[in-house]
Amino acid sequence: MLRLYLRSLFAPPVSEPPPEPDPRALDELARALAQRARHRLGRSLAIRQVDAGSCNGCELEIHALDSAVYALERHGIRFVASPKHADVLLVTGPVTRNMAFALQRAFDCTPPPRWVVAAGDCACGCGVFAPSYALAGEDGAVERVIPVDLHIRGCPPTPLDLLRGLLALLEAADGRIAPAAGVPPRTG
Amino acid sequence: MDPLLSRLAGLSPEPDHRPWPRYRVDVGLWLRLREDLAAGRLDLLAEFAEPEEVHAVLFRPSPPGLAVASLPCPDGRFPALAALHLPAVRFERAIRDLVGLEPEGLPDRRPWLDHGRWPLTRPLASAPGPAADAADYPFLPVEGEGLHQIPVGPIHAGIIEPGHFRFTAAGETVVRLEERLGWVHKGIEARLRGTGIDDAARIVARVSGDSTVAWSWAFARAVEAACGVEPPPRAEWLRALLLELERLANHIGDIGAICNDAAFRLIHAHCGILRERVRRATAELTGHRFAMDRVVPGGVRIDPDAAALARLRRLADELGPAFEEIVAAYDDTPSLLDRTAGTGRLDPALARRFAAGGHVGRASGRAFDSRAQLAPSPYDALGFSPALREAGDVDARVWVRIDEVRESLRLIAAILDGLPGGPVRVEVPRRAGCGLGIAESFRGEVLVWLRLDAEGRVVRCHPRDPSWLQWPLLEAAIEGNIVADFPLCNKSFNCSYSGHDL
Ligand code: SF4
Repeated sequence: MLRLYLRSLFAPPVSEPPPEPDPRALDELARALAQRARHRLGRSLAIRQVDAGSCNGCELEIHALDSAVYALERHGIRFVASPKHADVLLVTGPVTRNMAFALQRAFDCTPPPRWVVAAGDCACGCGVFAPSYALAGEDGAVERVIPVDLHIRGCPPTPLDLLRGLLALLEAADGRIAPAAGVPPRTG
Repeated sequence: MDPLLSRLAGLSPEPDHRPWPRYRVDVGLWLRLREDLAAGRLDLLAEFAEPEEVHAVLFRPSPPGLAVASLPCPDGRFPALAALHLPAVRFERAIRDLVGLEPEGLPDRRPWLDHGRWPLTRPLASAPGPAADAADYPFLPVEGEGLHQIPVGPIHAGIIEPGHFRFTAAGETVVRLEERLGWVHKGIEARLRGTGIDDAARIVARVSGDSTVAWSWAFARAVEAACGVEPPPRAEWLRALLLELERLANHIGDIGAICNDAAFRLIHAHCGILRERVRRATAELTGHRFAMDRVVPGGVRIDPDAAALARLRRLADELGPAFEEIVAAYDDTPSLLDRTAGTGRLDPALARRFAAGGHVGRASGRAFDSRAQLAPSPYDALGFSPALREAGDVDARVWVRIDEVRESLRLIAAILDGLPGGPVRVEVPRRAGCGLGIAESFRGEVLVWLRLDAEGRVVRCHPRDPSWLQWPLLEAAIEGNIVADFPLCNKSFNCSYSGHDL
């Protein structure tokens, strides 16, 4: 027991060096920024995760991201318990019809400026469960229900994929990148 | 004579169902089987339906035996098993919602997975019905002085799946918990119809992402049984290796999360680090952090070389001592044990009645582990011993996980030492047939029932997550505890929402 405490106090940090933000995500965000007033969030993001129908695989990777290994808080990114405290809704899963209204409510409770990140192939509308009668808009893409600013693909996206996307979001929110013109919308 | 055999003796099993027999039964026999269930002589592992027929997967605990009983329902109704055997209630509510067969005598006729928000009703019926109006869901009434209700969800405060919990409390104490599930219903069973084996494998692998290897293995077994092929020995051993890595990652994560819900973050942090090492090792071995889609019908899609296996062996050797430090920290912290010991106690009689699998059953004295009783290969060759505790509280569920982590580490070492050579995959012929596949996920046994047509397409596939039989027990285990201990109890069960909601 004592050894665990001592090791926790004196061992070097286990956290990974941060990755570069994902260039594709930067492009997509630049486009999103060009479409509306830029708000400065400062170098801090409060994230509210909403599982709108996932298989729970995406949640596992978000949990991993929230562990000591990735040490999110050093980037100013933290998970919060209420959408009312959030800048970002991080939405997973194909949105089920049974969850669509709850997702809409969570979005309505999130004060602007707010960002919506669709995390995982399912949330992007191209997961294995689509098409289905039980999914919003048959494919379960998050944008069937609320507007999306950033897509992070993967089944599930790895913690590094997620971190790259979120870092890109921070950069964008911080006004470091110029709005790009003519970035084609992502399909699929 | 044992009930399963005496009841079904004299019937001839359906010729196309493997590896366990399936019997067509008449109403009289169905009712007698229902009495066996009610008397505890048989366990109900699953109940599901096709448009013309309802199926019950029956298990006889000792000596272990399994059979499927199928009752034709030409007029769209059948006697509800739930009339005498309450664990069938949710299965039969789901059958009503999805297939539209009417379970006669079902004590709870409220919809379960259907929240009235789909563009149709009875999606698995031959002719689905028109959309229903989203009606208010009547929660069970409660009466009593000074009682108040606390509704929670579907969205919760943490990074967890959605579900609705309605607590009725007297002061701090929970008098009743009523769950309402179905929020993440994705229509998996309807989606599976008509898919080829490869697509179906990818879908079943995601019924509950945390147990993807177990699901893939159970599906592969169902296909292999239906098509009459055997995977090569090396593939079986590699499947077990991936399954034990999955169990390690999940149990270690759960132990940390339970301690976190008891406000002990240090163990959570260390468990998070260990779990990440397991995930990375899995990625190194398979190219995917959860080994998704690596177990496939006919074998596996990996064939690691000696160097990769040696690296994994080193990791397994290092994890043991690091994990024991965490165990010592848990065992040495009275303030933590004060939260877990005696909390959320599940009565062993209930665990038996509901045939609760996994740590939920094994922490309440139900000595069942499908690795030992139903699907032994290759565990029989590895000398496997299942965990068992009796106390039924949060602490016992933590200890079952601890014992299973230790056993998984031992199994991984044994697999790496004895891994046979040879091919890792065989061709799966396309042919019609029915198969039942079972694999022991970290949560309990997952079960896949499958009917294939002659082109190898799915006619019907029913994936049954162990959570079906565990969720109702959480309602019982929380009674008499304080509301603030619910997250702790819930985490100690860690039922899957996605696996249950389908
Ligand atoms: S993207 Fe993959 S891991 Fe995420 S919810 Fe969908 S199936 Fe599960």
